[in-house]
Amino acid sequence: MLRRRRPNVMAGVGAVLWLVVVAVPLYYLVAASLRGSEDYLSGNPLALPANPTLENYRSVLAGGFGRYLLNNIIVTAGAVAIVLACAVPAAYAVTRSSSRFVQRGFTLLLMGLAIPAQATIIPVYLIITNLRLYDTLLAVILPTAAFALPVATLVMTNSLRDVPKELYEAQEIDGAGPLRTLFNLVLPLAKPAVVTVGIYTALMAWNGFIFPLVLTQSAETRTLTLGLWEFQGQFGTNVPGLLAAVTLSVLPIFVVYLVGRRFLLSGLTAGFGR
Amino acid sequence: MSTVHQRPSLWYAVPAFGFFGLFAALPMVLVLYLSLTSWQGLETPAFLGLENWSRLLTDPAARESLGLTVLFTALAWAVQTPVALLIGVWSAGRQRNRAVLGSVFFIPLLLSTAAIALLWQSLLNPNFGLPQAVSAFSLPQFLGDPRLALYTVVFVVSWQYIPFHALLYQGATRAIPTTMYDAAIIDGASRFSRFRLITLPQLRYTIVTSSILMVVGSLTTFDTVLILTGGGPGTATRIAPLYMYDTGFVGFEMGYASTIAVLLLVFGTTVSLIMMRVTRFREMRSQQEGQ
Repeated sequence: MLRRRRPNVMAGVGAVLWLVVVAVPLYYLVAASLRGSEDYLSGNPLALPANPTLENYRSVLAGGFGRYLLNNIIVTAGAVAIVLACAVPAAYAVTRSSSRFVQRGFTLLLMGLAIPAQATIIPVYLIITNLRLYDTLLAVILPTAAFALPVATLVMTNSLRDVPKELYEAQEIDGAGPLRTLFNLVLPLAKPAVVTVGIYTALMAWNGFIFPLVLTQSAETRTLTLGLWEFQGQFGTNVPGLLAAVTLSVLPIFVVYLVGRRFLLSGLTAGFGR
Repeated sequence: MSTVHQRPSLWYAVPAFGFFGLFAALPMVLVLYLSLTSWQGLETPAFLGLENWSRLLTDPAARESLGLTVLFTALAWAVQTPVALLIGVWSAGRQRNRAVLGSVFFIPLLLSTAAIALLWQSLLNPNFGLPQAVSAFSLPQFLGDPRLALYTVVFVVSWQYIPFHALLYQGATRAIPTTMYDAAIIDGASRFSRFRLITLPQLRYTIVTSSILMVVGSLTTFDTVLILTGGGPGTATRIAPLYMYDTGFVGFEMGYASTIAVLLLVFGTTVSLIMMRVTRFREMRSQQEGQ
């Protein structure tokens, strides 16, 4: 039965069709961002740019893009740091503690897996203003991290559950307390889960829209996604300029993708894909 | 020897629970209270009783937005599930061309919602976008026609999220034991019956998980619609989350907006209860795999 399988023609055609659906818009994005305004207004949008120019990129970079990028990096790094600092010890407690508080809390946390963040935006706004954090980057970081915690803790807990009990017992025989066990045993073993959770949280924070929209106001606290939306109003009919900003906003994460494609793809599905 | 004191104390879990409690669980309770108040966003919320709720029952705009949300969610599910399933199963093969195509397929995952919405908005622009490129066919006004706008939004949302769900299906398909297929081939099963009798049943839990994620995501889709159409033309794409945002943060009726939010939460929580079941199933399976 080693006969080679016949090629699946229908599936191949479907795959190529989907390639067109994905690739044409991406090609259009890059091509249009390289057009001068005359070329954009008169040329065929799917043709190669007649006189490719980086002028659009220059004007975007001059228009506050750097500040927005920096804000996005701060928000993303802050959210990842908080999530990891909270989720790793919590997952350790969930897998090893017999406390009923911990187990019940974990159940509640799991219920939060499907809380739609948008539906709680009004009370979050109330809490943030009462904490006097409105229009700060912290106002974006805190709720972003909170809504990433359920998935983070679940993924972390699932990975720690696969750790054999004997390893913990060996630590106890060595006389290690919980804190030393956390650093000597749990953290090294949970490394793949830490990477997964870090990537997941980073993508969520990087692309966040509603929290920055509602919880910040001034240009100093504007994040990248919001900045793009602002550019839309600012650039008016200068669509190539807007698309240059969109392309620039994708570049950092695209570089990360090229470097760590395997991590990124497995990280995106972990917790659900098993 | 007592090993009890060697176990982590409950304090290890307190930061996570406290944090989640303050910014996710407390808001769920608060939004219910706020739906019973009149609040413009700056002063203290004033208790109002059930007034917002009776208003909701007689508000045609709210009814329209909820209807649109249900329609949007159903359409998004019906479009994304079959396409994602087929792409996922196809790309699970180890052939080289599939690996190359697969990595292109997943690129939309890297673009933020705002980037995708802006890209499609200019691509669908009737004067300078795709309709101009294929002007021989005279394409319709995808975003300007009230009868087409919602379907266009469904398409853009699907373009963004199909890669993620395809990835779920790809992972799950690769986990199916190849011996099952070998046996079926020996029995002379056709490619279609192998798909129907082996692949589909083996993927049933992935289909459930992916569907739940899709439904929760669609219920609260907000940024795509805000950027792409702003709810228009007219109110043709003003789904419930957008109506909530407009009422609360544009019209400063935070109390009434909370009422709409509670409805969305009830939908979402119902789904989350189903999800708990699925998740529990997964935990059991992952432990078996670990043995």
